[in-house]
Amino acid sequence: MTVTDPPRFSGCAACSVAPLAERTAEPSGRGGNELLLSLPTIHCAGCISTVERGLNETPGVRGARVNLTLKRASVTTDPGMTAADLIPVLDGLGYEAHELDPGVLSATATDRAGRDILMRLAVAGFAMMNVMLLSVAVWSGAADATRDLFHWISAAIALPAIAFSGQPFFRNAWSALSVRRLNMDVPISLAITLAAGMSLYETMLSGRHAYFDAALSLTFFLLAGRYLDHRTRAIARSAAEELAALEVPRALRVTDGAEETVAIADLVPGDIVRVKPGARLPVDGVVVTGQSEIDRSLLTGETLPVYAGQGATLSAGEMNLTGPLDVRVTAAGEHSSLHRMAELVAIAESARNRYTSLADRAARIYAPGVHLLALGAFIGWLAATGGDLRLALNIAVAVLIITCPCALGLAVPAVTTAASGRLFKRGLLIKDGTALERLAEVDTVVFDKTGTLTLGMPEPTNLHQHPRRAVEVALALAEQSAHPLANALAGAARKAGVETAPLTGITEVPGYGVEGQWGEVPVRLGRAAWVGAEAGERTAAWLRLGDAAPMAFTFADRPRAGAEAAIAALKAQGMAVRLISGDAAGPVAELARRLQIYDWTAEALPEEKAAAVRALETRGRKVLMVGDGLNDTAALAAAHVSISPATALDAARIASDIVLLGADLSPLGAALVTARKATRRIHENFAIAAGYNMIAVPIALAGFATPLAAALAMSASSITVSLNALRLR
Amino acid sequence: MAMLVYLIPISLLLGGAGLAAFFWALRSKQFDDPEGDSRRILNDDWDDHPKP
Repeated sequence: MTVTDPPRFSGCAACSVAPLAERTAEPSGRGGNELLLSLPTIHCAGCISTVERGLNETPGVRGARVNLTLKRASVTTDPGMTAADLIPVLDGLGYEAHELDPGVLSATATDRAGRDILMRLAVAGFAMMNVMLLSVAVWSGAADATRDLFHWISAAIALPAIAFSGQPFFRNAWSALSVRRLNMDVPISLAITLAAGMSLYETMLSGRHAYFDAALSLTFFLLAGRYLDHRTRAIARSAAEELAALEVPRALRVTDGAEETVAIADLVPGDIVRVKPGARLPVDGVVVTGQSEIDRSLLTGETLPVYAGQGATLSAGEMNLTGPLDVRVTAAGEHSSLHRMAELVAIAESARNRYTSLADRAARIYAPGVHLLALGAFIGWLAATGGDLRLALNIAVAVLIITCPCALGLAVPAVTTAASGRLFKRGLLIKDGTALERLAEVDTVVFDKTGTLTLGMPEPTNLHQHPRRAVEVALALAEQSAHPLANALAGAARKAGVETAPLTGITEVPGYGVEGQWGEVPVRLGRAAWVGAEAGERTAAWLRLGDAAPMAFTFADRPRAGAEAAIAALKAQGMAVRLISGDAAGPVAELARRLQIYDWTAEALPEEKAAAVRALETRGRKVLMVGDGLNDTAALAAAHVSISPATALDAARIASDIVLLGADLSPLGAALVTARKATRRIHENFAIAAGYNMIAVPIALAGFATPLAAALAMSASSITVSLNALRLR
Repeated sequence: MAMLVYLIPISLLLGGAGLAAFFWALRSKQFDDPEGDSRRILNDDWDDHPKP
């Protein structure tokens, strides 16, 4: 699976998650079939009508609708139709299409939460505007009966609105208090309820000051912060889900010689599964018939393909290269080695959640401080005025409102939204809320080799050292095979302008190589042992012409685009760069030299990788781990922050905090810069909020704070903070 | 000042109507595909006859 499509950023989270939930909830109607296709290349009005018309004209399709924001099409078809029938239709129209697994995309819960917050936000906004207009009349001098009337109307609007909109805060505050802890929602809930209650009391007594507008604008601004936060997470989650949904878990089951496509979940140990060349193994199993070569690079980092014949034990996630294999299932689904690895990752993940975000650290100082300050004001004024309860309470409420973390609530979400949007455009998907902050602290970068710094695609290195006629024979043989080494050899030879030699009787021997006749001479291209050569340390395909000594065509893994640029950028920022690979020393040393990494380790086992990362962490280094294979997952989870490319295995993507969507590595350097800038903005925002408080709190403590002053301070600080976040360009 | 008796309910009703319209739009999936909808309006497929 390759995801090279341009990163997409949808307009709003509710929009991106809503349709899926609707779709999965919808009954498919009279036995119809709901299919979901990802269309990474659609971009215009013309595309929508071409795709919809093309799909609707296909026999068996009942209806098709394109969602351009998500770049997806949902198709209702007659029962029995599959995505495989529709993908060629779309290919014919000029659009690349991939099937998505609707099961993985069940975003119902996130969708409901997003809509819920949006609805509360709308109610709070509506009520705030109305109450604010009524308050303007009071501020500009309405008195006596008019003022009381306006206060009563405000109360009638504000109280139900607060009861509805404030629920997320009240619920969070209650759950924190019930375990005897303080979080940001406790002072928020207290300020909102006290302000509303105090204002109602004042209104009953025909008092001069009512804070209904302040209570509502507080709710509104804080909900806006919550919504931004939710939106960022929902977009990341839905994009991550889409990556997972691209891998539709299917297998070819063979029963009595007949093949049928089944879901992996339906396989039981003992079933026979056919794995075609080029396919990934869906299960753990033992080879029953057939022989082939297996690419284990995603699991172990080894680039040398391994021979697999009858009786060989294979694990899920390995790639079958040359011949079809019939495999008896030993473990599938939740019991397969892939899944067990994913569970290990989950355990490692829970250990990492100890990181406290900047927002939490701020709340820990802030929440008790505010309460003490308000309590102090209450007691102080009670003593100073000789027991004027109403005045003292009024001032305490004013202190709570003025200090209330309106700006603090927006300080972090506004910045993370801006930063992750910016990184998303560059092709980096932030999966975790605190990943940006952790990324900003990094001082050491550890890379994996195969699939991360390299593409896992071989490239011939010594083509020009062989006689031209040998290369011609090799090309003729290589063109008959689907093996990646043969493909690479054929491609490079064609590029060099080599013609094919006239061969006869070319046959591929799965698991070994290709053989044929060159005039009278039998020729073979394949594994070292098969052509009678001694296998070396480097990846190679061997060619034997008749009885002559076999010659080796060696291969090196091609570095990923932007790998050199990324490493140069990281070094320029003063990062220590390390390379830890599970591959043999030869290829690792060569790549390290090519990319100018001086600190490298080869033949590292998965545990050794994780141990190396942990050792760095205990020495006080903050490690960024970049890796893609199953052998990296433990290290990814152990690192301070981790990145994996979109081509990585599911388990590795789950374990990492950030996913690189494109094939290019070069955004890495810029991502670190953006993360550091974002953290600086967050700090600035805290400083701005604190600055406002420093001016406003003495005023409130002295008893000069009016509802007008509270409204001004609140809006001004919220707007300043949001604008500062938007500066992140 | 007697005008307030009419004006305040009227303004609240109008605002409430706007709020209700937003709820309706949110529930009837009108924010599903903002990008696609902005392009669909340029589409002339169903100009001559309604969509079947």
